[in-house]
Parts: sequence; C-alpha cells; structure tokens
Amino acid sequence: MIKSISILPGKNRAGINEKFERIDIYQGEIVGIVGPTGSGKSALIEDIEQLACSDTPTQRKILINDAVPDAGLRYDPKKKLIARLSQNMNFLADMSVEDFLKLHLKCRGKDTGLSEKVIFYANQLTGEPISKDSNLTVLSGGQSRSLMVADVAFVSDSPVVLIDEIENAGIKKHEAMKLLSGSGKIILVVTHDPLLALSTQRRIVMKNGGVEKIITTTEEESAMCVKLNQIDRDLLRLREMVRSGAVISAAEIFARNVVTAGDGF
Amino acid sequence: MNVIIVAGTPGSGKTAVLLNTVRHLKEQNKNISVVKIDCLYTEDHVRFAKTGIPTMLGLAKDMCPDHFTIFNLGEMIEFANKNHSDILIVETAGLCHRCAPYTQGSLGVCVIDATTGPNTPLKVGPFLSTADVVAITKGDIISQAEREIFRERILEMNPSCRIIETNGLTGKGSTELASCFCKPLSFDYLDEQLRHNAPFAICTLCVGEKRINKKYHRGVLRHITGVEEYVGE
Repeated sequence: MIKSISILPGKNRAGINEKFERIDIYQGEIVGIVGPTGSGKSALIEDIEQLACSDTPTQRKILINDAVPDAGLRYDPKKKLIARLSQNMNFLADMSVEDFLKLHLKCRGKDTGLSEKVIFYANQLTGEPISKDSNLTVLSGGQSRSLMVADVAFVSDSPVVLIDEIENAGIKKHEAMKLLSGSGKIILVVTHDPLLALSTQRRIVMKNGGVEKIITTTEEESAMCVKLNQIDRDLLRLREMVRSGAVISAAEIFARNVVTAGDGF
Repeated sequence: MNVIIVAGTPGSGKTAVLLNTVRHLKEQNKNISVVKIDCLYTEDHVRFAKTGIPTMLGLAKDMCPDHFTIFNLGEMIEFANKNHSDILIVETAGLCHRCAPYTQGSLGVCVIDATTGPNTPLKVGPFLSTADVVAITKGDIISQAEREIFRERILEMNPSCRIIETNGLTGKGSTELASCFCKPLSFDYLDEQLRHNAPFAICTLCVGEKRINKKYHRGVLRHITGVEEYVGE
C-alpha cells in the first residue's frame, strides 16, 4: 500500500545541488511538472519510475512511505508500482478492443468481465464512441488515449501514474484526471498545458536538469481553471462538429461562451 | 574477467542500450572490451570505438553468425585479456530464433523490442528463455497495457530472468544493467559449455545446394507435417 512518495534532491546539469529539502506527495494528490524542453522533466519522471537510489545521472533518491524501497520493489516486474501514459504511446496489438482488454485483465489476474466497465468509462472521455469490436490499431488518437486512461484506472492498478504531455490528445482532460485520481492514485503530470497544470494541487518547476521551485496552486488559479475547462470542452465539441462536416458559425461559438470578450483573462 | 553475451533481433536496440551501459561502467573505472559480431555489414563498432574502448569487429559472412560467435570466443577472450579488461561484452548479430549464444559461465543478456507485438516473447525461443537478464527496449512508445502484457509473456517464457526496462535514447535502465555486468561470474574457456544446443540438422542447403526440388535434399529433414526423416547414405 503506497501512502506517499518522496523525492530527495540530487544535482542539476551544472552539478549544483537542487534547492529543495524534499517533496512529499500523498495518495490522491495530483502534482504537475512544468518547464521548457530539455529542463529535466522526463529525467525526473524516470527517476520516480525507477525508484532512483542515487544511482541515476541526477543522483536523486525516491522514498516510498518514508523509507528506501527494498530491492524486490525496485526490480521485481510484478511489483512495479508505476503506470505511464504519454502522448507518444500507441496501441500496436492487432486485435479487438474487447480481446485486448481481456488479455490484459487476465495478465493482471482480474475478472475479464471488467472489460465492459473499461470501455464504458473510456467512452466518457472521448466524443468518438469506442465499440468493443473495434480493432485497436485503427482507433483515433483521442480514442486510444481515452482507452489507455480507463485501462490504467481500472486494470493496471498501479498506485502511481505518470502522465507525460497528453494535452493534444483530444480527450476530456479534466475528466481523465478525475477518473485516475478518484481511484486513490498518486498522479504526476508533465505538461505545457495551462489547464492541466492549474488543475493540479502543486507544480514542480524544472530548469537546467534540476528542480527550480515548487508552486502551490493559488485560489485564483483554481478558479480560472474552471473557466479553462469550459473552454476546453467547447473546443472539443467544435472539433467533433468540424470532423462530422458541420459548418461552424460565429454565433455557434459566441453563444456557447467559447470566447467571451473581457472575461478577465 | 566477466564475459557478457548480448543477443537480440536486428534493430532491437542492442547497441544503443550497450553504449549507455558502457558509459556507466567507464565512470566506475571498469576496463571494458567490446566485440561486435554481424553478418555482412555494420557501423556499430565505430560507435563503440568512439567511446574510447578497445573494439573488435567480426563479420560472419556466409557462416551462421551464432556459430561464428561461439567458434571465435577464444580469440575474443585473448583480445580482451591483452587489453587487461575486467569485462568483455560480445554483441551478437542476433538473427536466428533457434539459437542462443549464451554459455553457462557468461552473463546472457537478451535485448527485446516491445513494439514487435505481444506474441514476440513466445516466438523468439532460447535466446529469451535461457537469458539471465532481459532488457526491454522502446517500451515508451506503446501503451501501459501492452507493456504489462509483454512483461508477463516474457516471464511465461523465462520465469527466473531479471527484466530491465531500458531506453536507448534517455539511458533509462542502463545503471541497473551496468550493475548486472559487474556481478562476479565464472567463465572458463577450457570447460565452458553452451546453455542450449544449436539447431539439430545439417542439410544440403547448409553446404551450398541451391536447387529446391525435394529430390536434391539430404540430411536430417523435417516435413511441414511434422514428420522427420534422414535422407542419405
């Protein structure tokens, strides 16, 4: 049972010690990781994934429940705690959605009947319905990502989820985060997307390979996030309209508040 | 000296993973020699040589590359001894799903590409099932679900192996692999044996026959129906 993970400082690319004492992240919490390309976001995620023990280039240490994880936890593939979800990921298996989910459920020693629940929740995240008979390899980017999120939430069972830049995936991001965090997981999101970044409780700012600072999301930011989420949903809806061949009128956009002049942004 | 034998299909990322691992070993002041075996052509030995470690190239040409590797191990060991190496890494060509080039006293490392589909671990045979360490590459571009299925399939074929998820681009997993390379082994060239026998038959094709009609074929032959026969004197 994972209650918390902690990051202990290492060194940045210039060999200078990172400026924090430790970062503790608790069950159910969503933490963002932001910073320009090459600032060390992925290295931080990999440290957590590998449960680094001063043995990676960054020299960071990761604690689980306040203690150094034992070798079994680090090396036994069956005990892997961390699931990953990224924009670069694809489904490559040439089989139907249902067969694939059943295969995964079987691998995880779970009831194969769960596949319907996974498909149901995946469909809540995308505007393009996924059927159980669809072939995995022909799913769109949005359908694939939705299915991956639902699969991680209900099948993978890993207590920690690392999400790597899923902003352009064409899915309801806010709902996706809720689905994952709702099951009591610790979530880390690498992102350039303001909506995702502001929907976290804290965000770690990376620079030159090291942690630069940690920002707690302000009340103002959280309030703004609600509006951003509305915009995001509207864009997603417009996206579906464009895809299905509709002509979009200005009235359509303004009537639904997609862009409101003087909205305080 | 530790002998590390690395196998894996072409393009699976053997060289990329090894280059990262070698970098860590050098940081720990290990003296390493690398031998790269290929069939007809490779530039990988240049990539190893650029890191400043002694590198030897072997091209098997028209000999089976795994047989070539095994037959020449003595010369590779001589080369590494001359360099006073603590670790000899032999990167094989990795073509045949029927062979496994690992010996009893070496560390057998199988590099396997996760994007080749969930059935690959069931297809590749002894170079996976007799390995000590299985390094999975390219896992970052497939779904978590497929990664887990792939991992499970590997354990079905080789329940006692150590699985390391690696990334040749970022170097992920290479410190873990490097620590495996340093664990004491007992390789003794005089008495060393293969873990798995090579394919069982020599046939006329092996010695240069090009005609395809069944009547020209001799040796221990297996029909598609499963029937085995010996044709010859």
